[in-house]
Amino acid sequence: MTRFLARRIAFGALVLWVVVTVVFILYFVAPNDPARLIAGRLANAQTLAAVRHNLGLDQPLIVQYGHYLSRLLHGNLGYSYVGNESVTTIIGQDLPVTASLAAGGALIWLIIGVTSGVLAARRPRTLADRSVTAFALFFYSMPTFLLGELFLLVFFFELHRVGFNFFTVTGYASITQDPAEWARHLILPWFTIALVTASIYSRLTRGSMLDVLGEDYIRTARAKGLTERRVIYRHGLRAALTPVLTEFGIDLGTLLGGVIVTENVFGLPGLGNQLLTSITREDLPVIIALVILASTFIVVANIVVDAFYAVLDPRVRLT
Amino acid sequence: MNLGIGGPEAETSVGAATTIEGRSPSRLAFERLRHDRAAIGSCVVIVLIILMAVLAPVVAHLTGHGPDTQYSFGRSPAGIPVGPGRHFLLGADELGRDVLVRICYGARISLLVGVVASSLATAVGVVIGLAAGYFGRVVDTILARFMDAVLSLPYLIFAIALVSVVGNSDRLLVIIGVIAFFSFASVGRIVRGQVLSVKEKEFVEAAHALGSGDLRIMFVDILPNVLAQVIVYLTLLIPASIVFEATLSFLAIGIVPPTPSWGDMLSEALQYYQVAWWYLIFPGLALLATTLAFNLLGDSVRDAFDPRYNRLFTRKGASVLTHTVLLNTADEDSSL
Repeated sequence: MTRFLARRIAFGALVLWVVVTVVFILYFVAPNDPARLIAGRLANAQTLAAVRHNLGLDQPLIVQYGHYLSRLLHGNLGYSYVGNESVTTIIGQDLPVTASLAAGGALIWLIIGVTSGVLAARRPRTLADRSVTAFALFFYSMPTFLLGELFLLVFFFELHRVGFNFFTVTGYASITQDPAEWARHLILPWFTIALVTASIYSRLTRGSMLDVLGEDYIRTARAKGLTERRVIYRHGLRAALTPVLTEFGIDLGTLLGGVIVTENVFGLPGLGNQLLTSITREDLPVIIALVILASTFIVVANIVVDAFYAVLDPRVRLT
Repeated sequence: MNLGIGGPEAETSVGAATTIEGRSPSRLAFERLRHDRAAIGSCVVIVLIILMAVLAPVVAHLTGHGPDTQYSFGRSPAGIPVGPGRHFLLGADELGRDVLVRICYGARISLLVGVVASSLATAVGVVIGLAAGYFGRVVDTILARFMDAVLSLPYLIFAIALVSVVGNSDRLLVIIGVIAFFSFASVGRIVRGQVLSVKEKEFVEAAHALGSGDLRIMFVDILPNVLAQVIVYLTLLIPASIVFEATLSFLAIGIVPPTPSWGDMLSEALQYYQVAWWYLIFPGLALLATTLAFNLLGDSVRDAFDPRYNRLFTRKGASVLTHTVLLNTADEDSSL
């Protein structure tokens, strides 16, 4: 186990190093000039040189790369070109929004996905199964931003017109200040993320459940005279959940990328919107920090999932 | 994985009692597809969308509206787009352009990016997967690890970062390249897995004994045996690529306006949905119909090649083989 973990962590570190280097090449070696971005298009040569010197951009690339790596290793993400705020502060401000969105969305998709999957697997080839399949295919084909826009149109705008004002989409309320408002602001974004992803979980649970229900020990459990409920949930679902949990871990890791679209549609001030804003402003330190943060999440999630998988399923040998 | 893809169940073969004829697996698959109503339906939708794209200039000619032309009568004096009606069949957008004409031209971008990017990804994935699986050892270690690394990148974020660096020129090529880069690895992984088992078969040994070269064995002997999986994956990759492009364009880092693309239209529509529902609904319908049709077709194709397969999606990376226990699989090996 230790050896396996060490190997996985080493590979994860390698991937991260590649990410960091690619980002460096993209933004510092590629033909664009960070100094000009900061100083503005009208700056004279003297100002440019001063800015370059301040940022260390007049040094050889390899020295710059060294500085860049050592700063990152020290957890120093630098300062935003716009407004001079520290990148760590910016991330600290936006992270709660993204985390709220991700956590709520993940909970909802897990519930919807697993419940509908079990429902379909218990009665394969019936109307219930076919309806679940049809819904799953529908939401699987639905682009996230389109679902969000349809939600806005139907639940926010049309319901508003007929006098139903429950759904609101402007801004964000902190959970510490007002939990009810927090949920009210997030319910549409939550379902936007959840429904699209739940379709995958529904199919995954159904398939895995059907496999498990065909196993001999399920027949044995039934023969022992256990109630159907106990057979399905205690014996069946428990074993069937392993692949679902694996997928869940991986999806949690990639969620930071997945929330970009939803945050954009609903105007939530989270990390995803921050990334988009930074890109239009060409605010390199923030872009770089967010790309690296997102990659780190994925790498860590993958390692955790692999380790977790081995703990859950003793048949998996770790090498 | 046996060689014959799917057993000779032949539920639909009518004349089986009178004459018994041999059919190739692909022939069988095609027969099954032809009798699959979902497949026929989705094919019809796809053909309609292709027609829309091909005939876009005709639509523009018939309506008399160019794709990028802004009409003053397309907006009310207050600047609100005109709804569906006499002048504009599907309404106008915020600049007074014809939504119908722009949807037709947008179909060109979507289909172009979808088909080219997924074909490119599949081609690269097949070559890399074949090489990794066939040569094994160091080649496999490097290629497989490389694919793992690509799969563990936050692709949307990376795509955004990449596209934003490149600037506006050749945006279409960059988008296609980015989509292909982030998709080839999942194809490569599937092909590699298949090749690992196929290369142990006797006919590969026979080919070696006959003195066939590596390239010949890889592409002539092994490739046809993994092609079914590849075709299935390609069909599912197309809608994914279309959504990818639409998402990038929606986030204003895809196709550069004023070139019509569905993602860009839907992004503009976000500003105007309260006064111009048609601007959101019609491009949305076009996009949804396209992805739905391709996903449904992909599902049917998989079903046709392997009826034992549990229908609907296996995802990127997590290809969980889920056999339906209810189907009788006892006679599957008799086809050999």
